[in-house]
Amino acid sequence: MRAITRKLFRDLFHIRSQALAIALVIGAGVAMYVLMLSTFASLNLTQRTYYDRYHFADVFASLKRAPNRIAADIARIPGVAIVDTRVVVDVTLDVPGVRAPVTGRLTSVPEEHRPLLDDLALVTGRWIEPGRLDEVIANQKFADANHLAVGDTIAAVINGRRRDLRIVGLALSPEYVYAVRPGELVGDESGFGILWMGRRALSNAFQMEGGFNDVTLSLMPGASPEEVIGRLDRLLEPYGGLGAIPRARQLSNFFLQSELDSLNGIGRVVPVIFLAVAAFLLHIVLSRIVSIQRQEIAALKALGYGNWEVAWHYVELSLLVGAAGSLAGVAAGAWMGRGMTQIYTQFFQFPLLEYQLPARVVVEALLIGGAAAALSALDAVRRVLQLPPAEAMRPEPPATYRVSLLERTGLRRWLSQPSRIVIRNIQRHPGRSLLSMIGMAFGGAILIVGLFTIDSFGVMMNVQYNVAQLYTAMITFVEPVSASAAQEIERLPGVVQAEDFRSVPVKLVAGHWSRHVAITGLPVPSRLDRIIDAAQKVVTLPPDGLVLSHKLASVLHVKPGDRVTVDVLEGARPRRQVVVSALVDEYIGMNAYMQAGALHRLMSEGDSLSGAFLLIDPLRLNRLYASLKATPKVAGVTLKAAERENYEKTLLQSIGITRTVTIVFALIIAFGVVYNTARIGLSERARELGTLRVIGFSRAEVSYILLGELTIITLVAVPLSLLIGYGLAAGVVHVYDTEVYRIPLIVTARTCLEAAGTTIVATLISGWLVRRRLSRLDMIAVLKTRE
Amino acid sequence: MTPAAARGAVFRIRGLSKVYHMGEVEVSALRGVDLDIYDGEFLVLLGHSGSGKSTLLNIIGGLDTATTGSVAYRDHDLTHASDAALTLFRRHHVGFVFQFYNLIPSLTALENVELVTEIAEHPMGAADALRLVGLADRIDHFPAQMSGGEQQRVAIARAIAKRPEVLLCDEPTGALDITTGSTVLGAIARVNEELRTTVVVITHNAAIAEMADRVVTLSDGRIASEHRNAVRQSVENIKW
Repeated sequence: MRAITRKLFRDLFHIRSQALAIALVIGAGVAMYVLMLSTFASLNLTQRTYYDRYHFADVFASLKRAPNRIAADIARIPGVAIVDTRVVVDVTLDVPGVRAPVTGRLTSVPEEHRPLLDDLALVTGRWIEPGRLDEVIANQKFADANHLAVGDTIAAVINGRRRDLRIVGLALSPEYVYAVRPGELVGDESGFGILWMGRRALSNAFQMEGGFNDVTLSLMPGASPEEVIGRLDRLLEPYGGLGAIPRARQLSNFFLQSELDSLNGIGRVVPVIFLAVAAFLLHIVLSRIVSIQRQEIAALKALGYGNWEVAWHYVELSLLVGAAGSLAGVAAGAWMGRGMTQIYTQFFQFPLLEYQLPARVVVEALLIGGAAAALSALDAVRRVLQLPPAEAMRPEPPATYRVSLLERTGLRRWLSQPSRIVIRNIQRHPGRSLLSMIGMAFGGAILIVGLFTIDSFGVMMNVQYNVAQLYTAMITFVEPVSASAAQEIERLPGVVQAEDFRSVPVKLVAGHWSRHVAITGLPVPSRLDRIIDAAQKVVTLPPDGLVLSHKLASVLHVKPGDRVTVDVLEGARPRRQVVVSALVDEYIGMNAYMQAGALHRLMSEGDSLSGAFLLIDPLRLNRLYASLKATPKVAGVTLKAAERENYEKTLLQSIGITRTVTIVFALIIAFGVVYNTARIGLSERARELGTLRVIGFSRAEVSYILLGELTIITLVAVPLSLLIGYGLAAGVVHVYDTEVYRIPLIVTARTCLEAAGTTIVATLISGWLVRRRLSRLDMIAVLKTRE
Repeated sequence: MTPAAARGAVFRIRGLSKVYHMGEVEVSALRGVDLDIYDGEFLVLLGHSGSGKSTLLNIIGGLDTATTGSVAYRDHDLTHASDAALTLFRRHHVGFVFQFYNLIPSLTALENVELVTEIAEHPMGAADALRLVGLADRIDHFPAQMSGGEQQRVAIARAIAKRPEVLLCDEPTGALDITTGSTVLGAIARVNEELRTTVVVITHNAAIAEMADRVVTLSDGRIASEHRNAVRQSVENIKW
């Protein structure tokens, strides 16, 4: 080994603890990159292959009923490639061993061949046999969650008649990668059963022979979904069309796509923060080494080493640190990516989701890790090149200081000499001090970004379950029913209180903008389902006009006082002008509300009802369940307890992991900055501090100078971390401001304390480590050498 | 008995030995030194590098401890003193001057001296101390704005401002040219004469020895010779 290479390794050994701290920051950044982008690649490839192989549709539309010949008209819409019509019906299921009624969605499939679009991935069992009216294929996750297997039977209430359905196969569908009921955020595996049934059998049961109530399309390459949807909506209008949606707004795809987007986004933004901080730290350390070794550099040059040869020596040092960090980061990222993909298999239903680590991601990760290291060596290289050998042989002149601004304001006489030293040191390197503060602040900021969503979801759920929805169960009717029919529900056993609601599918139009939503008509006052604004206050519906959620109003570009056109998509499909009377801030969905009476007037109908909210006596729950399973009018029952439990189970699982990973990463970055700042301070001032010890200052007094600077930097970094964290969190809230859900910007005192705590803990640990070194400070050696 | 000796011993050193462990090698820096240093005297410790003179100075200054033997400062035993006790000993009784000045670059000349006057028991004014070394007009300069000689004189002012009983100087002119070296030595001599401070100066420059009351030569960790100058030469008369 060449002597200069040996020097390299010895230098590295000498700065090992600092190098380790920096390598950890680089490693964290690279790991984050590999974790996010390899998981993204795995999910993305799986999604594309799955969508491709099973012909996931581009446009989805539901309607009341259209004759089969309309399919040919749809196929003639320019841009349409394939048309597939279906019958889709929501029913109540009675699953063996499950007391509560389960929401079932029956979707027709052709008996003779596989569907043209949205084909099923058959996991076990077989396809429906033509002519068999009781055979179904069940969604695999639903079957697993309810311990159902091929050969088992479940009962469905079909058009008022209880029918036994035999499971002949278990399958997955590209339409239900994320199986979630509309209006909910978390899938309910056991409570939402998707079943596929032969087209003839289903048509038969629901009087849909010769017709369809659902259609999916695939488009030609380059076709505009908006144009096709416009024509499709016009075509389906006479048939009770409920408005078509593009793939981007299809619920399962929306959730999957937003997960992919956030993986890709986080994977490209967060590592930059880590690597920038690491480059800054490495830059300081290298510059310091060049200062210390100026006489060695001069000697090397005097001995005949070339300028670039010496400079490269220091680049190698930084590259070694960068390479160590990057390699460890790739390994850690791949390990975490494997785990994260494993977690995704619980959320998303793919036929096969295998973790993949693309070579491209590894190469990119190593390159950005190496680039950060190389960049950090620039200043060291410049200084090595500029150092004339003769001058470098002499010791460095004393550093230049000035009286600090703070002291010139008249504070000077109140400050002790050690305090002046502290302040002047910070002022001597204002850029470095500031960057240290910012770097340290990012530790706390990352923590806030990582943890605030937990608080935000907590608030969302609290509003949803404890303030807004006070009912135990929500039932929806197959068809709107009269008020007298609804009273039957109130007489069911166990119902303590019932509150009816009306829900009307409409298309709201304002200028160029339109959306398909449902207007919910509620009684006044509404006690079981309350409308809650952002301040968690109950909103009372005005006697006339529409109340819209903020998001819906912004999508439609309307404000209170504006008029919107309401195209009703049900019954006689009247078209009305309605005034927007108020807006509410809501987190989930895009909702429109009216007083039930006003909605009835708008529909020119009597007391027609779509469903009811029920408050149930928990002791008589089982009897109610039994009755509901046998009530033909009921299409679906949503149980709040199950929904909530499901949500909390899912959330708790991910919270634990998120919290741990975030805290570890935040600590790494905060510790990396504080520890290096402290070590550089110690290195630069060892002589000074040693001298102070010699002339009679105690250890505590000397520590004050070094740790005082650290304390000031920390004191600035803590509020700065809250500011940066809040800003980043606001950015995240902005990104997640979607039509399906919004996250409130909630940064609780606890999160702030945890962020501040992380920074302070990093400072305490670093302070303690440096203080130990300070105690071992060799006073005699310090006096002998200039450095 | 000289007048200085009559005033009594400030330091009483008996059988002092110091062994350093440098990796696997043991280096004996001092091998059984007996020495008394008297009140108000100007003592020069001569010796080549490695002779043990710096080790001796460090031990009597409370910077280092002996392996065997004893050191007493008046009636205080330094041999078994704790770290805190040694810190207080340095703070209240000893002034140090180093070859490389060891000023705090972030503090002005005045503030460097104030560092000491703020923690000492009966200090002189920081400005007075600087006046004593001829730097009255440089008090607001930072170390980077001063020459080496000026920096060393600030170091002397810093050392004497606490009115120490002993002033320990380790090669105070080692990094200076002749002219500035003379000014610095003059300042040290003045402190000895005017403030009656006991002064111990380490040097390898035999010429400086002519300024001393007594010259002790160390070699290989032992006292090789000791002699008294009948007449102390003033700085101006020394050629080096």
